[in-house]
Amino acid sequence: MQRSLRIDPNKCTGCLQCEMACAYENYKTYNIARSRIKVIPFEHEGRKVPYTCTQCSEAWCMHACPVEAIVLDPATGAKIVREDVCVGCKVCTIACPFGTVNYVAELGKVQKCDLCGGDPACAKACPTGAITFVDADWTGLGKMRDWAGRTDTNPATV
Amino acid sequence: MTWTKNVLRVNLTTGACSPEPLRMDWAQQYLGQRGLATKYFTAEVDPKVDPLAPENKLIFATGPLTGTPAATGGRYAVITKGPLTGAIACSNSGGYFGAELKFAGWDMVIFEGRSSRPVYLLIEDGEARLLDASHLWGKTVWETEETIKKHHQDPQIRVASIGRAGENGVLFAAVVNDLHRAAGRSGVGAVMGAKNLKAVAVRGTRADAYHAADPDAFAKAVEEGKKILAANGVTGQGLPAYGTQVLMNIINEVGALPTRNGQDIQFESARAISGEAMHEKRPTDGKPNLVTNGACFGCVIGCGRISRIDPDHFSVKGKPNYQIASGGVEYEAAWALGAAAGVSDLDALTYGNFVCNEDGMDPISLGSTIGAAMELYQLGLIPKEEAGMELPFGSAEAVVKLVELTAKGEGFGRLIGLGSLRLCSKYGRPDLSMSAKGQEFPAYDGRGLQGMALNYATSNRGGCHVRGYMVSPEVLGIPVKLDGGATEGKAAMLKAFQDLTAVVDSAGICLFTTFAWGAPEIQAQVQAACEGDWSVDKLLLLGERVWNLEREFNLAAGFTGKDDTLPPRLLKEPARSGPQKGRVAELGKMLPEYYQVRGWTPEGVPTPETRTRLGL
Repeated sequence: MQRSLRIDPNKCTGCLQCEMACAYENYKTYNIARSRIKVIPFEHEGRKVPYTCTQCSEAWCMHACPVEAIVLDPATGAKIVREDVCVGCKVCTIACPFGTVNYVAELGKVQKCDLCGGDPACAKACPTGAITFVDADWTGLGKMRDWAGRTDTNPATV
Repeated sequence: MTWTKNVLRVNLTTGACSPEPLRMDWAQQYLGQRGLATKYFTAEVDPKVDPLAPENKLIFATGPLTGTPAATGGRYAVITKGPLTGAIACSNSGGYFGAELKFAGWDMVIFEGRSSRPVYLLIEDGEARLLDASHLWGKTVWETEETIKKHHQDPQIRVASIGRAGENGVLFAAVVNDLHRAAGRSGVGAVMGAKNLKAVAVRGTRADAYHAADPDAFAKAVEEGKKILAANGVTGQGLPAYGTQVLMNIINEVGALPTRNGQDIQFESARAISGEAMHEKRPTDGKPNLVTNGACFGCVIGCGRISRIDPDHFSVKGKPNYQIASGGVEYEAAWALGAAAGVSDLDALTYGNFVCNEDGMDPISLGSTIGAAMELYQLGLIPKEEAGMELPFGSAEAVVKLVELTAKGEGFGRLIGLGSLRLCSKYGRPDLSMSAKGQEFPAYDGRGLQGMALNYATSNRGGCHVRGYMVSPEVLGIPVKLDGGATEGKAAMLKAFQDLTAVVDSAGICLFTTFAWGAPEIQAQVQAACEGDWSVDKLLLLGERVWNLEREFNLAAGFTGKDDTLPPRLLKEPARSGPQKGRVAELGKMLPEYYQVRGWTPEGVPTPETRTRLGL
């Protein structure tokens, strides 16, 4: 079964434990500048929204890459960057509609979320359940449950 | 190890920004942040210095756990000599700024001298530059942060700045970072203003600035620490749901909520300004004050309040820039702008808090000073014409007006900006200032909680709750339940709290972890992060060393044991109601014992034996 990251911004407090976990998993640093997931603040609305690659099936980045450095990991469904192949042309960063593939100047390569090979560090580090890693076919199940809970099935209360 | 081992020294007089290696021998003795910066500060600054003179220094310091996944590992502190008190000032803050400074590769920034024109410091990794800030002078914290990010086209820059209060010399001006986190107390913002330093802007992208000494052991200790916080009733439930405002009703019930400048110790309208009330829908617009909770960097507790004021409320009507979600009241601010002034209008307090964030003021000292002004007005000592308004207790309009005037440095606000001791002295009644060593004490009455009375009297930065939080044992039963009205055993417990708190601050984590963590949990994380041997005993001795170093600075600055006291109201006027009705703060019973457990002379001076034991 494939799994997907499911993000519930309502539960995000902006602690950035996800960003630290991502940076540490991939670059052995706590510096969130290396994170592939970013918590975007909307200060005046009181909202913090974790955002990263959604692993498109027909991934723009993958199709745009002239050297086939971005490939599908069939086990996880992730589109992963083969760093040994990437030439750092950044065409994928232009092609991606969501901005979730970015250049790392220090390495001369692009980087994006690769689902940590099937066990995402961000989801493990999230203290509030804002980021979970769930059945890819049922990312809507949580929302369905919320709405189902609002359905009045007890005639006595009508 | 999780020190970057780099210190940035900024001479504002000459404009020179020079890196220097961190004194690792001192780091072994003082760890980081509060402790280590105090060591630097006391080694370099004459204790008699005028706090607003160029010779005073201003240190922004992180700890070894700042910028790590250790829960709440985002704290930094601002250390200087405080203009409100003339004592050592050390105000710490959360948000994201502290971690960013570490990411850029700096443990500490030391500012010295005074710039001839307004400047801000921009740090981009190893590069530091002083830039012209004349276009930012006169701007609020909120405008400053936005302008700097826009100018450098980088929304990921973190900014700590002063608002107009710091520029205008408000003696309780704060340094505010990330819009609504503040190094709030003792007027550290006024020192920054006196140096013509408007802001510190940081962007840190270095992946190699520091690493845990034992990364696997660190990850394990951090994970364990997080589990304990999640399972604890205070850190896992109470604080995320209600923030520190969980205390409003509790402290009112135990009879320790200073009300109307401490005339009463219970507030009849406490409920209306409580954490519970923040969740309730307002009758006016059907929406609650509270929008959501928020966390600082690395924090798994999330006690921060994000609030929205009813757009039709008199304080914000027609002012769209306040009709936003922003930093709402925490317990101390709700008490200060509320109970201390007898005000029960939650949205008015929230507005007052927004302005404190916007223009960089400490709401505790501000609210307490307004409360004192209201008592002076009640006594007929401040005429209406002089205040420019009526100042009755309970007037939300007066609080809102005075907050605005103080932020802008206009009218009667200029007197409020001096703090309650100077204000009350001007009107011939210094006894009505609810302060210790010139700093207003916060939301716990020493008559109801005797340990807090002793804590206020002995705190090195003047009246303060976060130096030895005796509310933990006296109200919450952490780590053991002590009778709030009793004096027995308070001295030894307070010493333990003060020393542990110095360790927590010096590590770079948040005091709120100690509702769930004891010294062993902190030790495990420090040990794995830092090089060297860090036993619990070594850490607690370090905390005691920090406490005594601060004390010695204050003694050299001119304070004596006679300053370890409280206003006559607490010592002589019995509590009018509540479980501690009839009680006064029995400082005389506790203070000699406190000096004794501290290893100080009967005059409150560390003995030669104590100094030797602590390696001072």
